[in-house]
Amino acid sequence: MKCSHTWFDENVARTLADESLRAVIGQTSQSKIESRVVATAKVPNFEQLRDLATQIKQHTIEHLDHYLERFIEQVRANGGIVHFAATAADANACIARIAQDNGLKLAVKVKAMTTEETGLNAALAAAGVQVFETDLGEFIVQLDNDRPSHIVTPIIHKNRQTIARAMQRELGVPYTEDPETLTRYAREHLRDVFRRCDLGISGVNFGVAETGTICICTNEGNGRLSTTRPRVHVALMGIEKVIPRLVDLSVFLKVLSRSNTGQPITVYTSLMNGPRRESDPDGPEQLHVVLLDNGRRAIQQGRYREILHCIRCGACLNACPVYRHIGGHAYDSVYPGPIGKVLTPLLNDPKHYADLPQASSLCGFCRDVCPVRIDIPDLLVRLRRDQADGKAVPWLRRLAFRALFWALSTPRLMRWSQRVLRWGTVVGAKGDWNSRLPGPAAQLTRHRDTPRPAAKTFRDLWQSERDRGDQTDQ
Amino acid sequence: MGKSVALFVTCLTDTFAPRVGVAVVRVLRHFGCDVRFPEGQTCCGQPAYNNGFHREAAAQGRRMIDAFDFADYEHVVTPSGSCAAMVKHHLPELLADDAEYAERSWRLAERTYEFGTFLADVLHVDFTQIPAGTSRPVTYHYSCHLRGIQTIEGASAQVSRLAGIDYRPLAQIEQCCGFGGAFGAVFPGISNAMSQDKVTAIAATGAEVAVVNEAGCSFTIEGTARRRSVSVQFKHLAELLAEGLGLMDDQP
Ligand code: SF4
Repeated sequence: MKCSHTWFDENVARTLADESLRAVIGQTSQSKIESRVVATAKVPNFEQLRDLATQIKQHTIEHLDHYLERFIEQVRANGGIVHFAATAADANACIARIAQDNGLKLAVKVKAMTTEETGLNAALAAAGVQVFETDLGEFIVQLDNDRPSHIVTPIIHKNRQTIARAMQRELGVPYTEDPETLTRYAREHLRDVFRRCDLGISGVNFGVAETGTICICTNEGNGRLSTTRPRVHVALMGIEKVIPRLVDLSVFLKVLSRSNTGQPITVYTSLMNGPRRESDPDGPEQLHVVLLDNGRRAIQQGRYREILHCIRCGACLNACPVYRHIGGHAYDSVYPGPIGKVLTPLLNDPKHYADLPQASSLCGFCRDVCPVRIDIPDLLVRLRRDQADGKAVPWLRRLAFRALFWALSTPRLMRWSQRVLRWGTVVGAKGDWNSRLPGPAAQLTRHRDTPRPAAKTFRDLWQSERDRGDQTDQ
Repeated sequence: MGKSVALFVTCLTDTFAPRVGVAVVRVLRHFGCDVRFPEGQTCCGQPAYNNGFHREAAAQGRRMIDAFDFADYEHVVTPSGSCAAMVKHHLPELLADDAEYAERSWRLAERTYEFGTFLADVLHVDFTQIPAGTSRPVTYHYSCHLRGIQTIEGASAQVSRLAGIDYRPLAQIEQCCGFGGAFGAVFPGISNAMSQDKVTAIAATGAEVAVVNEAGCSFTIEGTARRRSVSVQFKHLAELLAEGLGLMDDQP
């Protein structure tokens, strides 16, 4: 059914062959899903909180311009500087310029998906700014010249041995698999960086329109250090991250980490209102908020608006059976898993990512765990529809579907097709099953036996069933 | 008081699992329903819908509505949760702008039930009063497309509460079996990995019978189990109930 071998197939084959990788991802994902169940059960009104979170997002994204305007006003009133970036390249150029204008040379970074999306690290390096990731996971990714494979747990694909080897190689520390010692090595290494850094870069989890507050959720405290210690703080914020009021924040904070790791709240939740004031003991001299569009506004105006409700909690990745088996790298995107299957083709070339919306059984577990109830299977079906309407479905697959729809169009054709299929699968058959179909159909029996149409279909049996019923009725 | 029911057997059940259709008819009759089989039926349009061919899905949906003319029965019952979801949720959405069919699609949606939910919600069947019909250990696989129709707890209780059943709960019950329609054919590797997990989980329960209420899931899991020589018998809830109620012989 697949007409050509794509880059996605290649990536999938690579991970499928790596049993230990799949085991790691599968176990970690499952344990997070189980923690989620425990954590959410402890909040008596969790389902209502999800409803509320969904409604707030829906309302905000519908009135995005209104809330963005208010947010911008407030950030400015607080003494922050606001920039607009239409594209990833604009965002990178903007941040590089801020660094150059202020003579900034050493940046510390808090894990932020937006900066992954724009490829900020490489752009800053090219502009002569040295960037250090300070989230432990991202630090290891950077050290090992790797890519994150999960939006919350970037090194879910790495085991202790690979981490230990990377640290030994890059930092020259003795080999150890003890997580605490490894963390200490990273901390020691970063301590010196924190002393010298002059630029702090973060994303934004929530931007509050009412107050101009930016909220960053982390688990390691590096977020706080990275945004207060350096002279300048730049926050790269997707425009969809705005929320109306400070009280709304409490709703999102209640659902965010419970949905992913099962923690009641992230360990560090930092709220920042502008640069350092005279009375403040610390804080940056300048706060820049760079608002990133990069395709979001187009999404907001189209039929996929709902995907902008996403708060990047990562729960859908943990739930997804496909993600568990192919891992984050297979998607070749900053956003893997269910959220990525929708977002990636929308933010990038849909042709290049044509496989992503197809590579789903539409099982819907992602929708069940999503704190803002995004109907991801529905959005995937819409993307498939765009492909079908735009003739982007490979011809062989299209032909197969045409044949199927035709065969199912009338009872007579269906009957006839059932018989053809029964006799067409007779070679290699064992009764009603076939374990070795010939020719191009062989693919269907490569991994599992396949059933043949029954010798007597239900329609054939109905006659006697009906008569039987008539007798008992009398 | 008997209910009049039209059976929507679905294309997969008709073709690959006719015994399930027979079991549904017998169980419904046992509970006093008058069962008809509208001969004009074929498919609800789900394959077309799921794969993005919405014009074709709408055409198939109209044929479905024509085949199920409501004059002489109150309810439509189907052994498949995914086809029930198609009729209940997606058909009205596809035909919303169709002057002739929009309203009829709503009426069909309202009257359509997945088999298990029909027993529970309309016939108010007390499952604890139905004998398990087998002394062998039984597990239950939750088909993904029941989401939005029936909860995991509600669906599995229809098996686990049967009188005298040796019920073995399935680990990671919310995980998909890897069927997914065309998905399995287009991405056989991923699909297979998912099916392998499912078969491993089923085998780990020690169950000798697995209840799977969806033809597509059933033959995906059974096909994988056969290849691995894991000997578990697969049944639809209707078959299990029909056997428990003495309406059908247990399969050899
Ligand atoms: S789509 Fe939902 S579950 Fe997935 S990351 Fe976004 S908010 Fe979380």
